[in-house]
Amino acid sequence: MKTVKLVSIAALMSCSFAIFTGSAVAADAVSDVKIATLREAPLNVEPTPPAMQKVSNTDVKQSRNYPMQPPVIPHKIDGYQVDLKVNKCMACHDRKQTTDSQAPMVSVTHYMDRENNFLATLSPRRYFCTQCHVPQLEAKLLVENDFVDMDHLIEADSNKKAKH
Amino acid sequence: MIAKLLSILKKGWTVLRKPSVHYSLGFLTLGGFVAGVIFWGGFNTALEVTNQEAFCIGCHEMENNVYEELKTTIHFTNRSGVRATCPDCHVPHNWTDKIARKMQASKEVWGKIFGTINTRDKFEAKRRELAEHEWARLKANDSLECRNCHNFDYMDFTRQSSRAAKMHSTSLASGEKTCIDCHKGIAHHLPDMKGVSGF
Repeated sequence: MKTVKLVSIAALMSCSFAIFTGSAVAADAVSDVKIATLREAPLNVEPTPPAMQKVSNTDVKQSRNYPMQPPVIPHKIDGYQVDLKVNKCMACHDRKQTTDSQAPMVSVTHYMDRENNFLATLSPRRYFCTQCHVPQLEAKLLVENDFVDMDHLIEADSNKKAKH
Repeated sequence: MIAKLLSILKKGWTVLRKPSVHYSLGFLTLGGFVAGVIFWGGFNTALEVTNQEAFCIGCHEMENNVYEELKTTIHFTNRSGVRATCPDCHVPHNWTDKIARKMQASKEVWGKIFGTINTRDKFEAKRRELAEHEWARLKANDSLECRNCHNFDYMDFTRQSSRAAKMHSTSLASGEKTCIDCHKGIAHHLPDMKGVSGF
């Protein structure tokens, strides 16, 4: 019994030592600069923030990258008040306002509660638009995006099959 | 009582009607002129003092609520540094209208004395009512205070976003709508907008 205890303690100690040394090696391998890619400066240096980017304000609908993507906002939303008192977005995108504004109406799912009951007004869980919908900047990507649309994957796959 | 009052008035009237005995016509004319300049100038100077932002935010009700809200908007800070102060939007520039507005403002003095909005909660409770007064005023004068700077005749639709250009060239151009109909809450937070058309 006693020997088992001793062995297990020794095993634990060696294990923790291995983990400790391992993590130390990993920390050495990745330099500060690499960790701070998005900051583009070492961690102990305060970088100058980049210039503010312009929000694209074209009012032209952008296609979605995948079917369930919340559509992006193709216009500026500076100073739009969305709080308990008022939802500025709904001044145009509400069902009743779309005649005047000609803006797309928020989808019917926004009027449903989580039990799929339809409500008369916007469901509270969908009230804060910018939780899902965001305006776009004309900015250079900080990290390269290699996302491939599902349709392209299917197309590539069928091409491959056709070749065989 | 009334007879006594009448006799005093009568006495005053006879004094006014009598030609001057001790003072020359020149003294009275020039003196009147100088006194006129001093009083009129003093009146307008005092009026101008009450027409400055420093005066408006002298009250904590204005400084801690509406002024703080204005600070975050484009009418306070922007790329070119042109800014609107309180009276630019809230006091008519035309003299007679300005006097009329200043007389209305006596109600605001009443409010200050009795502390109708002297806490944040009281201000929030009154926000809708206060906002409605301003909407009604701007609606009635066809958004005159907006147009003092934003002149429709010199608007270049090609420099506006397509959405803005469409609205301005139709509804605004035809006079069917005025600035305040769409541009509510551009300088201060909006109140609860339940039942307001367009919201």
